[in-house]
Amino acid sequence: MSVAIVGAAESAEIGTVPLSSVGLATDAARRALADCGLTPADVDGVASSGLNPYLPTIVAHALGIEARWVDATMVGGCSTLVHLGHAAAAIERGTCEVVLIAHGESGRSHLGAPNWRPGADSWQGQFELPYGTVGPMTLLTLGTLRFLRDRGLDRAALARVVVTQREWAARNPRALRRDPISVDDVLDAPIVAYPFTRPMCCVTTDAGGAVIVTSAARAADLPRPPVYVLGTGEATGAAMASQMPDLTSSDAFRRAGAAAFDAAGVGTDDIDHAMLYDATAALPLMALEDLGFVPHGESGAFVDEGHTAIGGTLPVNTSGGGLNYTHSGMYGVYALLESIRQLRGEAAAQVDGVTTSLTHAIGGMFQAAATTILSTR
Amino acid sequence: MTSARPVPVPTPETAHYWEGTANRELRLQRCRACTTTYFPPQPFCPACSDDDVEVVRASGRGTVHGYVITHRAAPGFDAPYVIAVVELEEGPRLLTNLVGIEPDPDVIALDLPVEAVYEPVGDVVLPMFRPRVS
Repeated sequence: MSVAIVGAAESAEIGTVPLSSVGLATDAARRALADCGLTPADVDGVASSGLNPYLPTIVAHALGIEARWVDATMVGGCSTLVHLGHAAAAIERGTCEVVLIAHGESGRSHLGAPNWRPGADSWQGQFELPYGTVGPMTLLTLGTLRFLRDRGLDRAALARVVVTQREWAARNPRALRRDPISVDDVLDAPIVAYPFTRPMCCVTTDAGGAVIVTSAARAADLPRPPVYVLGTGEATGAAMASQMPDLTSSDAFRRAGAAAFDAAGVGTDDIDHAMLYDATAALPLMALEDLGFVPHGESGAFVDEGHTAIGGTLPVNTSGGGLNYTHSGMYGVYALLESIRQLRGEAAAQVDGVTTSLTHAIGGMFQAAATTILSTR
Repeated sequence: MTSARPVPVPTPETAHYWEGTANRELRLQRCRACTTTYFPPQPFCPACSDDDVEVVRASGRGTVHGYVITHRAAPGFDAPYVIAVVELEEGPRLLTNLVGIEPDPDVIALDLPVEAVYEPVGDVVLPMFRPRVS
Protein backbone atom coordinates (compact mmCIF):
# COMPACT_ATOMS: atom_id res chain seq x y z
CA MET A 1 0.00 0.00 0.00
CA SER A 2 1.11 3.49 -0.69
CA VAL A 3 0.12 5.31 2.52
CA ALA A 4 0.92 4.48 6.13
CA ILE A 5 0.31 5.69 9.65
CA VAL A 6 3.77 6.25 11.11
CA GLY A 7 3.06 8.06 14.36
CA ALA A 8 0.24 7.62 16.84
CA ALA A 9 -0.49 8.79 20.36
CA GLU A 10 -3.15 9.67 22.87
CA SER A 11 -2.91 12.60 25.22
CA ALA A 12 -0.61 11.80 28.14
CA GLU A 13 -3.61 11.66 30.44
CA ILE A 14 -7.20 10.66 29.81
CA GLY A 15 -10.10 10.91 32.23
CA THR A 16 -10.16 14.25 34.06
CA VAL A 17 -7.42 16.36 32.50
CA PRO A 18 -6.61 20.06 33.18
CA LEU A 19 -6.34 20.94 29.49
CA SER A 20 -8.71 22.59 27.02
CA SER A 21 -10.04 20.74 23.99
CA VAL A 22 -7.33 22.37 21.86
CA GLY A 23 -4.73 21.58 24.52
CA LEU A 24 -5.70 17.91 24.46
CA ALA A 25 -5.43 17.85 20.64
CA THR A 26 -1.99 19.52 20.62
CA ASP A 27 -0.74 17.32 23.47
CA ALA A 28 -1.65 14.23 21.45
CA ALA A 29 -0.22 15.80 18.28
CA ARG A 30 3.18 16.52 19.85
CA ARG A 31 3.32 13.01 21.27
CA ALA A 32 2.42 11.49 17.88
CA LEU A 33 5.21 13.51 16.24
CA ALA A 34 7.67 12.38 18.92
CA ASP A 35 6.49 8.80 18.38
CA CYS A 36 7.76 8.87 14.78
CA GLY A 37 10.71 11.23 15.22
CA LEU A 38 9.22 14.03 13.13
CA THR A 39 8.77 17.70 13.99
CA PRO A 40 6.09 20.25 13.08
CA ALA A 41 8.41 21.44 10.29
CA ASP A 42 7.96 18.08 8.58
CA VAL A 43 4.16 18.39 8.55
CA ASP A 44 2.47 19.99 5.54
CA GLY A 45 -1.12 18.85 6.04
CA VAL A 46 -3.43 19.24 9.02
CA ALA A 47 -6.82 17.78 9.80
CA SER A 48 -8.88 18.25 12.91
CA SER A 49 -12.51 18.55 13.86
CA GLY A 50 -14.65 19.50 16.77
CA LEU A 51 -17.36 21.96 17.60
CA ASN A 52 -15.01 24.79 16.62
CA PRO A 53 -14.92 24.58 12.82
CA TYR A 54 -11.57 26.39 12.67
CA LEU A 55 -9.82 23.77 14.79
CA PRO A 56 -7.23 22.69 12.21
CA THR A 57 -6.00 26.25 11.85
CA ILE A 58 -5.68 26.56 15.62
CA VAL A 59 -3.77 23.28 15.86
CA ALA A 60 -1.49 24.34 12.99
CA HIS A 61 -0.85 27.75 14.54
CA ALA A 62 -0.16 26.32 17.98
CA LEU A 63 2.42 23.90 16.58
CA GLY A 64 3.94 26.29 14.05
CA ILE A 65 2.82 24.20 11.08
CA GLU A 66 2.49 25.86 7.68
CA ALA A 67 -0.05 23.58 6.05
CA ARG A 68 -0.72 23.36 2.31
CA TRP A 69 -3.56 20.90 2.83
CA VAL A 70 -6.32 21.24 5.41
CA ASP A 71 -9.39 19.21 6.35
CA ALA A 72 -11.94 20.37 8.90
CA THR A 73 -14.59 17.84 7.95
CA MET A 74 -16.90 17.60 10.95
CA VAL A 75 -19.36 14.73 10.88
CA GLY A 76 -19.17 13.74 14.53
CA GLY A 77 -17.23 10.88 16.06
CA CYS A 78 -16.18 9.28 12.77
CA SER A 79 -14.48 12.48 11.58
CA THR A 80 -10.95 11.26 12.34
CA LEU A 81 -11.54 8.22 10.13
CA VAL A 82 -12.92 10.46 7.40
CA HIS A 83 -9.80 12.64 7.70
CA LEU A 84 -7.62 9.55 7.33
CA GLY A 85 -9.31 8.63 4.06
CA HIS A 86 -8.99 12.17 2.75
CA ALA A 87 -5.36 12.39 3.88
CA ALA A 88 -4.46 9.13 2.18
CA ALA A 89 -5.96 10.42 -1.07
CA ALA A 90 -4.12 13.74 -0.76
CA ILE A 91 -0.79 12.00 -0.12
CA GLU A 92 -1.31 9.62 -3.04
CA ARG A 93 -2.16 12.63 -5.22
CA GLY A 94 0.98 14.45 -4.09
CA THR A 95 -0.92 17.40 -2.64
CA CYS A 96 0.98 17.00 0.62
CA GLU A 97 3.48 14.62 2.14
CA VAL A 98 3.03 14.41 5.91
CA VAL A 99 -0.39 14.88 7.51
CA LEU A 100 -1.18 15.43 11.16
CA ILE A 101 -4.69 14.36 12.18
CA ALA A 102 -5.39 15.55 15.71
CA HIS A 103 -8.44 15.51 17.90
CA GLY A 104 -9.04 16.61 21.47
CA GLU A 105 -12.12 17.13 23.53
CA SER A 106 -12.68 18.20 27.09
CA GLY A 107 -15.79 16.07 27.20
CA ARG A 108 -15.94 15.73 30.97
CA SER A 109 -14.45 19.00 32.25
CA HIS A 110 -15.75 21.22 29.41
CA LEU A 111 -12.60 23.33 29.30
CA GLY A 112 -12.42 25.41 26.13
CA ALA A 113 -15.20 23.25 24.77
CA PRO A 114 -17.85 24.93 22.59
CA ASN A 115 -21.53 24.25 23.22
CA TRP A 116 -22.88 21.41 21.10
CA ARG A 117 -26.52 22.52 21.23
CA PRO A 118 -28.11 23.05 17.78
CA GLY A 119 -29.98 26.31 17.18
CA ALA A 120 -33.70 26.48 17.93
CA ASP A 121 -34.31 27.10 14.21
CA SER A 122 -32.33 24.06 13.03
CA TRP A 123 -34.02 20.77 12.19
CA GLN A 124 -32.89 19.31 15.51
CA GLY A 125 -33.93 22.47 17.34
CA GLN A 126 -37.41 22.34 15.85
CA PHE A 127 -38.15 18.63 15.63
CA GLU A 128 -36.10 16.85 18.32
CA LEU A 129 -34.86 19.09 21.16
CA PRO A 130 -38.38 20.33 22.08
CA TYR A 131 -39.21 16.76 23.07
CA GLY A 132 -36.51 16.63 25.73
CA THR A 133 -33.84 14.67 23.93
CA VAL A 134 -30.73 14.37 26.10
CA GLY A 135 -28.00 13.69 23.57
CA PRO A 136 -26.85 10.28 22.36
CA MET A 137 -28.55 8.22 25.06
CA THR A 138 -31.97 9.33 23.85
CA LEU A 139 -31.24 9.40 20.11
CA LEU A 140 -28.84 6.54 19.30
CA THR A 141 -31.20 4.39 21.31
CA LEU A 142 -34.55 5.08 19.62
CA GLY A 143 -34.52 1.89 17.54
CA THR A 144 -32.98 -0.49 20.06
CA LEU A 145 -36.20 -2.02 21.41
CA ARG A 146 -37.26 -2.74 17.83
CA PHE A 147 -33.78 -4.10 17.00
CA LEU A 148 -34.01 -6.52 19.91
CA ARG A 149 -37.58 -7.59 19.12
CA ASP A 150 -36.92 -8.09 15.42
CA ARG A 151 -33.95 -10.34 16.18
CA GLY A 152 -35.57 -12.32 18.97
CA LEU A 153 -33.23 -10.83 21.60
CA ASP A 154 -33.80 -9.18 24.94
CA ARG A 155 -31.87 -6.64 27.02
CA ALA A 156 -29.45 -9.35 28.16
CA ALA A 157 -27.94 -9.14 24.66
CA LEU A 158 -26.90 -5.57 25.45
CA ALA A 159 -25.60 -6.64 28.85
CA ARG A 160 -23.44 -9.36 27.30
CA VAL A 161 -21.72 -6.75 25.14
CA VAL A 162 -20.86 -4.84 28.31
CA VAL A 163 -19.63 -7.93 30.16
CA THR A 164 -17.43 -9.02 27.24
CA GLN A 165 -15.87 -5.61 26.80
CA ARG A 166 -15.35 -5.22 30.55
CA GLU A 167 -13.18 -8.33 30.41
CA TRP A 168 -11.00 -6.59 27.84
CA ALA A 169 -10.98 -3.41 29.95
CA ALA A 170 -9.76 -5.33 32.98
CA ARG A 171 -6.51 -5.87 31.06
CA ASN A 172 -6.12 -2.18 30.25
CA PRO A 173 -4.70 -0.08 33.11
CA ARG A 174 -5.87 3.15 31.42
CA ALA A 175 -9.50 2.05 31.23
CA LEU A 176 -11.91 3.92 33.48
CA ARG A 177 -14.28 1.03 34.16
CA ARG A 178 -12.27 -2.11 34.92
CA ASP A 179 -14.15 -4.00 37.63
CA PRO A 180 -15.68 -7.32 36.61
CA ILE A 181 -19.41 -7.10 35.98
CA SER A 182 -22.14 -9.70 35.42
CA VAL A 183 -25.13 -9.66 33.10
CA ASP A 184 -27.39 -9.22 36.14
CA ASP A 185 -25.23 -6.36 37.43
CA VAL A 186 -25.65 -4.59 34.10
CA LEU A 187 -29.40 -5.19 33.94
CA ASP A 188 -29.93 -4.12 37.56
CA ALA A 189 -27.90 -0.90 37.26
CA PRO A 190 -29.68 2.47 37.23
CA ILE A 191 -31.60 3.18 34.05
CA VAL A 192 -30.35 6.04 31.89
CA ALA A 193 -32.89 5.68 29.09
CA TYR A 194 -34.80 2.40 29.01
CA PRO A 195 -33.75 -0.12 27.74
CA PHE A 196 -30.27 1.22 28.58
CA THR A 197 -28.70 1.12 32.02
CA ARG A 198 -25.61 3.08 32.99
CA PRO A 199 -22.99 0.41 32.11
CA MET A 200 -24.60 0.10 28.65
CA CYS A 201 -23.72 3.77 28.03
CA CYS A 202 -20.22 5.06 27.43
CA VAL A 203 -17.96 6.78 29.93
CA THR A 204 -17.40 10.52 29.56
CA THR A 205 -13.81 11.68 29.61
CA ASP A 206 -11.33 14.33 28.60
CA ALA A 207 -8.93 12.96 26.00
CA GLY A 208 -7.00 13.63 22.83
CA GLY A 209 -5.59 11.50 20.06
CA ALA A 210 -3.46 12.03 16.98
CA VAL A 211 -1.88 10.17 14.09
CA ILE A 212 0.81 11.07 11.55
CA VAL A 213 0.23 9.83 8.00
CA THR A 214 2.70 9.78 5.11
CA SER A 215 3.71 7.81 2.04
CA ALA A 216 4.81 4.21 2.39
CA ALA A 217 8.12 5.24 0.86
CA ARG A 218 8.76 7.82 3.55
CA ALA A 219 7.46 5.44 6.22
CA ALA A 220 10.30 3.07 5.46
CA ASP A 221 12.78 5.63 6.82
CA LEU A 222 10.90 6.20 10.09
CA PRO A 223 11.39 4.33 13.38
CA ARG A 224 7.97 2.80 14.07
CA PRO A 225 6.49 -0.19 12.21
CA PRO A 226 4.28 1.26 9.46
CA VAL A 227 0.57 0.63 9.69
CA TYR A 228 -0.68 0.64 6.12
CA VAL A 229 -4.02 2.11 5.09
CA LEU A 230 -5.59 -0.69 3.07
CA GLY A 231 -8.96 0.93 2.52
CA THR A 232 -11.33 3.56 3.83
CA GLY A 233 -15.01 4.29 3.37
CA GLU A 234 -17.30 7.09 4.44
CA ALA A 235 -21.02 7.72 4.14
CA THR A 236 -23.73 10.13 5.16
CA GLY A 237 -26.90 8.94 6.85
CA ALA A 238 -30.20 10.54 7.83
CA ALA A 239 -29.73 14.05 9.24
CA MET A 240 -31.85 13.13 12.27
CA ALA A 241 -31.90 9.76 14.01
CA SER A 242 -35.70 9.75 13.93
CA GLN A 243 -35.58 9.96 10.12
CA MET A 244 -33.46 6.85 9.51
CA PRO A 245 -35.11 4.65 6.88
CA ASP A 246 -34.64 1.68 9.23
CA LEU A 247 -34.17 2.36 12.94
CA THR A 248 -32.58 -1.06 13.44
CA SER A 249 -29.86 -0.83 10.78
CA SER A 250 -27.73 2.08 9.61
CA ASP A 251 -27.45 2.59 5.87
CA ALA A 252 -24.40 4.76 6.58
CA PHE A 253 -22.75 1.83 8.40
CA ARG A 254 -23.51 -0.48 5.48
CA ARG A 255 -22.23 1.86 2.79
CA ALA A 256 -19.10 2.98 4.66
CA GLY A 257 -18.22 -0.62 5.48
CA ALA A 258 -18.80 -1.87 1.94
CA ALA A 259 -16.68 0.96 0.53
CA ALA A 260 -13.79 0.17 2.87
CA PHE A 261 -13.85 -3.56 2.10
CA ASP A 262 -14.03 -2.78 -1.61
CA ALA A 263 -11.12 -0.33 -1.46
CA ALA A 264 -9.02 -2.71 0.65
CA GLY A 265 -9.77 -5.72 -1.53
CA VAL A 266 -10.37 -7.90 1.53
CA GLY A 267 -13.40 -9.54 3.11
CA THR A 268 -14.67 -9.99 6.64
CA ASP A 269 -12.76 -13.27 6.99
CA ASP A 270 -9.51 -11.34 6.53
CA ILE A 271 -10.15 -9.14 9.58
CA ASP A 272 -8.25 -10.27 12.70
CA HIS A 273 -9.47 -7.56 15.05
CA ALA A 274 -12.17 -4.91 15.03
CA MET A 275 -12.95 -1.70 16.84
CA LEU A 276 -16.67 -0.97 16.57
CA TYR A 277 -17.64 2.43 17.96
CA ASP A 278 -19.65 1.84 21.10
CA ALA A 279 -21.27 4.95 22.51
CA THR A 280 -23.90 2.44 23.59
CA ALA A 281 -23.87 -1.35 23.91
CA ALA A 282 -26.24 -1.64 20.94
CA LEU A 283 -23.89 -0.09 18.38
CA PRO A 284 -21.41 -3.00 18.17
CA LEU A 285 -24.33 -5.38 17.54
CA MET A 286 -25.60 -3.17 14.71
CA ALA A 287 -22.09 -2.82 13.28
CA LEU A 288 -21.45 -6.58 13.31
CA GLU A 289 -24.54 -7.01 11.14
CA ASP A 290 -24.27 -3.89 9.00
CA LEU A 291 -20.60 -4.51 8.15
CA GLY A 292 -21.36 -8.11 7.22
CA PHE A 293 -19.43 -9.92 9.94
CA VAL A 294 -22.60 -11.86 10.72
CA PRO A 295 -25.91 -12.29 8.88
CA HIS A 296 -28.89 -10.13 9.85
CA GLY A 297 -30.12 -11.10 13.30
CA GLU A 298 -27.10 -13.09 14.44
CA SER A 299 -25.07 -10.42 16.24
CA GLY A 300 -26.45 -11.31 19.67
CA ALA A 301 -25.55 -14.97 19.31
CA PHE A 302 -22.11 -14.05 17.95
CA VAL A 303 -21.31 -12.11 21.14
CA ASP A 304 -22.99 -14.70 23.36
CA GLU A 305 -20.82 -17.45 21.84
CA GLY A 306 -17.68 -15.53 22.77
CA HIS A 307 -16.46 -14.65 19.29
CA THR A 308 -15.74 -11.03 20.27
CA ALA A 309 -14.24 -11.94 23.66
CA ILE A 310 -10.73 -12.77 24.80
CA GLY A 311 -9.70 -15.83 22.79
CA GLY A 312 -12.52 -15.31 20.29
CA THR A 313 -12.40 -15.46 16.52
CA LEU A 314 -12.96 -11.71 16.13
CA PRO A 315 -11.73 -9.76 19.17
CA VAL A 316 -13.80 -6.56 19.35
CA ASN A 317 -13.20 -3.36 21.31
CA THR A 318 -10.09 -4.69 22.99
CA SER A 319 -9.30 -1.45 24.82
CA GLY A 320 -12.59 -1.84 26.67
CA GLY A 321 -14.19 0.52 24.17
CA GLY A 322 -16.12 3.69 24.75
CA LEU A 323 -18.19 1.79 27.29
CA ASN A 324 -15.19 1.25 29.57
CA TYR A 325 -12.00 2.85 28.31
CA THR A 326 -12.47 6.44 27.20
CA HIS A 327 -15.02 8.52 25.30
CA SER A 328 -14.59 12.26 25.08
CA GLY A 329 -17.62 12.81 22.83
CA MET A 330 -16.14 12.02 19.43
CA TYR A 331 -14.64 8.58 20.00
CA GLY A 332 -13.37 7.59 16.54
CA VAL A 333 -9.73 8.52 17.08
CA TYR A 334 -9.48 6.32 20.18
CA ALA A 335 -10.89 3.34 18.29
CA LEU A 336 -8.40 3.98 15.49
CA LEU A 337 -5.52 4.23 17.97
CA GLU A 338 -6.38 0.85 19.51
CA SER A 339 -6.38 -0.72 16.04
CA ILE A 340 -2.92 0.79 15.50
CA ARG A 341 -1.66 -0.49 18.87
CA GLN A 342 -2.91 -4.00 18.07
CA LEU A 343 -1.19 -3.92 14.67
CA ARG A 344 2.04 -2.70 16.26
CA GLY A 345 1.78 -5.38 18.93
CA GLU A 346 1.78 -2.87 21.79
CA ALA A 347 -1.80 -2.96 23.07
CA ALA A 348 -2.51 -3.41 26.77
CA ALA A 349 -4.72 -6.39 25.93
CA GLN A 350 -2.68 -7.56 22.96
CA VAL A 351 -4.22 -10.13 20.64
CA ASP A 352 -1.76 -12.56 19.06
CA GLY A 353 -1.08 -12.26 15.37
CA VAL A 354 -3.13 -9.23 14.37
CA THR A 355 -2.17 -8.30 10.81
CA THR A 356 -5.42 -6.67 9.66
CA SER A 357 -7.70 -4.54 11.81
CA LEU A 358 -10.99 -2.82 11.02
CA THR A 359 -12.08 0.39 12.72
CA HIS A 360 -15.67 1.50 12.34
CA ALA A 361 -17.16 4.71 13.66
CA ILE A 362 -20.50 6.44 13.75
CA GLY A 363 -20.87 10.18 13.24
CA GLY A 364 -23.45 12.16 15.16
CA MET A 365 -26.74 10.36 15.70
CA PHE A 366 -26.27 8.00 12.71
CA GLN A 367 -25.74 11.07 10.52
CA ALA A 368 -22.52 9.65 9.13
CA ALA A 369 -20.17 6.69 9.39
CA ALA A 370 -16.66 5.78 8.38
CA THR A 371 -14.73 2.53 8.21
CA THR A 372 -10.98 2.03 7.98
CA ILE A 373 -9.07 -1.17 7.27
CA LEU A 374 -5.44 -1.11 8.38
CA SER A 375 -2.72 -3.72 8.01
CA THR A 376 0.89 -4.49 8.86
CA ARG A 377 1.39 -5.48 5.22
CA MET B 1 -43.72 23.46 31.46
CA THR B 2 -40.94 25.76 32.61
CA SER B 3 -39.44 28.48 30.48
CA ALA B 4 -36.19 26.50 30.22
CA ARG B 5 -37.82 24.03 27.88
CA PRO B 6 -36.48 24.34 24.31
CA VAL B 7 -38.95 26.08 22.01
CA PRO B 8 -38.70 25.65 18.26
CA VAL B 9 -38.14 28.71 16.09
CA PRO B 10 -39.72 28.28 12.63
CA THR B 11 -37.93 29.14 9.40
CA PRO B 12 -39.68 30.11 6.13
CA GLU B 13 -39.47 26.45 5.06
CA THR B 14 -41.17 25.15 8.20
CA ALA B 15 -43.68 27.93 8.93
CA HIS B 16 -46.63 26.00 7.47
CA TYR B 17 -45.94 23.10 9.82
CA TRP B 18 -46.01 25.26 12.95
CA GLU B 19 -49.02 27.26 11.68
CA GLY B 20 -50.70 23.89 11.32
CA THR B 21 -49.98 22.71 14.84
CA ALA B 22 -51.20 26.06 16.18
CA ASN B 23 -54.51 25.14 14.47
CA ARG B 24 -54.40 21.58 15.89
CA GLU B 25 -53.45 20.15 12.52
CA LEU B 26 -50.52 18.01 11.55
CA ARG B 27 -49.31 19.19 8.15
CA LEU B 28 -47.03 17.14 5.93
CA GLN B 29 -45.98 17.79 2.35
CA ARG B 30 -46.66 15.72 -0.71
CA CYS B 31 -44.91 15.73 -4.07
CA ARG B 32 -47.34 15.94 -6.97
CA ALA B 33 -44.72 14.54 -9.34
CA CYS B 34 -43.81 11.32 -7.54
CA THR B 35 -46.56 11.19 -4.83
CA THR B 36 -44.05 10.95 -1.96
CA THR B 37 -45.40 12.31 1.33
CA TYR B 38 -42.54 13.65 3.41
CA PHE B 39 -41.24 15.17 6.64
CA PRO B 40 -39.33 17.29 7.75
CA PRO B 41 -40.69 20.28 5.84
CA GLN B 42 -38.82 21.62 2.81
CA PRO B 43 -39.97 23.34 -0.37
CA PHE B 44 -38.97 20.57 -2.78
CA CYS B 45 -39.30 16.80 -2.84
CA PRO B 46 -36.52 14.89 -1.03
CA ALA B 47 -37.19 11.85 -3.24
CA CYS B 48 -37.19 13.41 -6.74
CA SER B 49 -36.22 17.08 -6.18
CA ASP B 50 -39.39 18.32 -7.92
CA ASP B 51 -40.66 21.75 -6.83
CA ASP B 52 -44.30 20.82 -7.38
CA VAL B 53 -45.19 20.03 -3.78
CA GLU B 54 -48.31 20.67 -1.73
CA VAL B 55 -49.09 20.90 1.96
CA VAL B 56 -51.42 18.13 3.09
CA ARG B 57 -53.23 17.58 6.37
CA ALA B 58 -52.29 14.32 8.05
CA SER B 59 -54.81 12.23 9.96
CA GLY B 60 -52.78 12.50 13.14
CA ARG B 61 -52.95 8.74 13.54
CA GLY B 62 -49.93 6.51 13.70
CA THR B 63 -48.11 3.80 15.60
CA VAL B 64 -45.20 3.74 18.03
CA HIS B 65 -42.22 2.72 15.92
CA GLY B 66 -39.56 3.07 18.60
CA TYR B 67 -39.03 4.71 21.97
CA VAL B 68 -36.89 5.19 25.03
CA ILE B 69 -37.95 6.12 28.53
CA THR B 70 -35.42 8.64 29.68
CA HIS B 71 -34.62 8.86 33.37
CA ARG B 72 -32.37 11.86 32.80
CA ALA B 73 -34.37 15.00 32.23
CA ALA B 74 -33.66 17.76 29.76
CA PRO B 75 -34.15 21.31 31.10
CA GLY B 76 -37.85 21.95 31.69
CA PHE B 77 -38.77 18.26 31.82
CA ASP B 78 -39.60 15.91 34.69
CA ALA B 79 -38.15 12.39 34.28
CA PRO B 80 -39.09 9.74 33.50
CA TYR B 81 -40.74 10.59 30.20
CA VAL B 82 -41.12 8.88 26.86
CA ILE B 83 -39.30 10.00 23.72
CA ALA B 84 -40.77 8.13 20.78
CA VAL B 85 -40.64 7.82 17.02
CA VAL B 86 -44.18 7.65 15.67
CA GLU B 87 -44.87 6.31 12.19
CA LEU B 88 -47.78 8.24 10.72
CA GLU B 89 -50.48 6.61 8.60
CA GLU B 90 -49.22 8.68 5.67
CA GLY B 91 -45.74 7.12 5.97
CA PRO B 92 -43.37 9.69 7.46
CA ARG B 93 -42.06 9.27 10.99
CA LEU B 94 -41.42 11.97 13.53
CA LEU B 95 -39.88 12.25 16.95
CA THR B 96 -42.31 13.13 19.71
CA ASN B 97 -43.36 12.49 23.29
CA LEU B 98 -45.93 9.93 24.32
CA VAL B 99 -48.42 11.39 26.79
CA GLY B 100 -51.41 9.92 28.60
CA ILE B 101 -49.61 6.63 29.17
CA GLU B 102 -47.44 5.32 31.99
CA PRO B 103 -43.71 5.52 31.21
CA ASP B 104 -43.49 1.76 31.63
CA PRO B 105 -42.08 -0.66 29.05
CA ASP B 106 -44.68 -3.25 30.04
CA VAL B 107 -47.40 -0.81 29.01
CA ILE B 108 -45.88 0.73 25.88
CA ALA B 109 -45.86 -1.88 23.14
CA LEU B 110 -44.09 -1.34 19.85
CA ASP B 111 -46.64 -0.61 17.11
CA LEU B 112 -49.13 0.72 19.69
CA PRO B 113 -51.76 2.81 17.85
CA VAL B 114 -51.53 6.48 18.83
CA GLU B 115 -53.09 9.78 17.85
CA ALA B 116 -51.88 13.35 17.92
CA VAL B 117 -52.62 15.78 20.71
CA TYR B 118 -51.44 19.36 20.75
CA GLU B 119 -49.45 20.85 23.61
CA PRO B 120 -48.61 24.58 23.75
CA VAL B 121 -44.98 25.26 24.66
CA GLY B 122 -43.94 28.90 24.64
CA ASP B 123 -45.13 30.54 21.43
CA VAL B 124 -45.67 27.30 19.54
CA VAL B 125 -47.79 24.17 19.76
CA LEU B 126 -46.04 20.80 19.73
CA PRO B 127 -47.69 17.69 18.36
CA MET B 128 -47.48 14.84 20.86
CA PHE B 129 -49.14 11.45 20.82
CA ARG B 130 -51.38 9.46 23.15
CA PRO B 131 -52.83 5.95 22.91
CA ARG B 132 -55.56 6.00 20.27
CA VAL B 133 -59.02 6.14 21.75
CA SER B 134 -61.04 6.36 18.54
